[in-house]
Amino acid sequence: MSVDRRKFLKLAGIGTVLGVTGKAATDALGRSAPDPGDYKQPKTGKRWGLVIDLRKWSHEDSHAVREVCDQIHNIPHVVDEDGNVDSKREVKWIWDEEFAHAFPEAEETEFLAEKLKHMEIPVMCNHCDNPPCTRVCPTQATWKRKADGVVMMDWHRCIGCRFCIAACPYGSRSFNWFDPRQYIHGGDQSKWNLDYPTRNVGVVEKCTLCEERLAKGEQPACVEACHAGAMVFGDLADPQSDIRKVLKDNFAIRRKPGLGTQPEVYYIV
Amino acid sequence: MFDSGKVIAGLIVFVVLATLPLWWGTLTGKESTVPDPVLPPALAGQHCVLSAEAMRASHMDILNEWRDRVVRDGERIYTNEDGREFVMSLQNTCLGCHTNKAEFCDSCHDYLGVKPYCWECHIIPEEGR
Repeated sequence: MSVDRRKFLKLAGIGTVLGVTGKAATDALGRSAPDPGDYKQPKTGKRWGLVIDLRKWSHEDSHAVREVCDQIHNIPHVVDEDGNVDSKREVKWIWDEEFAHAFPEAEETEFLAEKLKHMEIPVMCNHCDNPPCTRVCPTQATWKRKADGVVMMDWHRCIGCRFCIAACPYGSRSFNWFDPRQYIHGGDQSKWNLDYPTRNVGVVEKCTLCEERLAKGEQPACVEACHAGAMVFGDLADPQSDIRKVLKDNFAIRRKPGLGTQPEVYYIV
Repeated sequence: MFDSGKVIAGLIVFVVLATLPLWWGTLTGKESTVPDPVLPPALAGQHCVLSAEAMRASHMDILNEWRDRVVRDGERIYTNEDGREFVMSLQNTCLGCHTNKAEFCDSCHDYLGVKPYCWECHIIPEEGR
């Protein structure tokens, strides 16, 4: 079937009108209150953990997980006057490190696999079984949840003392040196996730293992965003869980295990 | 009485200044009126989490309770006295109905000089600022 110019313009016009009115209609209806039914089947586990399979990991995965995490959690993209990433004031929940930074012990390995040397390793809060950050918090604004082991943050209670930043050996915590809102999509609220709050100036933030998604029975957003199998999420306390099966069959390492923090994020190299 | 003229004049000035806030509004016609928060017409006849009286008196306590239960205890569902369930969320449940913060929240808060800092983090829908 051939479409001449006139017909094409007609169709395009109709499409535009439909699109615009459709959006106006949803805007006018407003956001309806959330449905309690969504929370009837939360994910339950005693000790959440993650396996990241670096054999399956790609540059696209790194990009995808950071994108989705930044978007759904309203994470600011802090830039300096020139528009470059302000690395000293950056806010990061999940990000890339080079192998030698993620695993400093690897420097002892004289002949490290070439692929690993140049690889971007996705790193995040390890939700340690023995977290040093929670022990130093003077207000209990961060603590390890007894039910499922998530290292949680209560941003209402954080006083911004940054002891936890000093205590975390993985750099998993970021401080809001400025009002973060100006750096979330450049302050354009229409692009924010209206279901999730922002943080305010003077508060520490970090990955919460998507506990707001676990409460709805969903997996952490990064696990869904990357290639199938590149990240496995599950209950480390359950010997029958997928994550335990993966760990049974593959050799996996953890970041800075010598510190005794018992990280719950495993890497298959 | 020494300097009675000065003392009495001084006393009058003092009384006038001290009671100024009580009658200034009436005199200038700028008498403050108790605000009447505006509910969107779509909400007429609908029930909030608790009765209007209870919400007026203790919404701040409920919000604190919700905050602690959600963040610290990981609970998400609130059941009111009628057995109806709500997701405990200021930004989604409360603002889902009370979409206009300026007309609903601010009208009373401004009158009372209360400045809750909820909105430094919880996002107000664009049209309700």
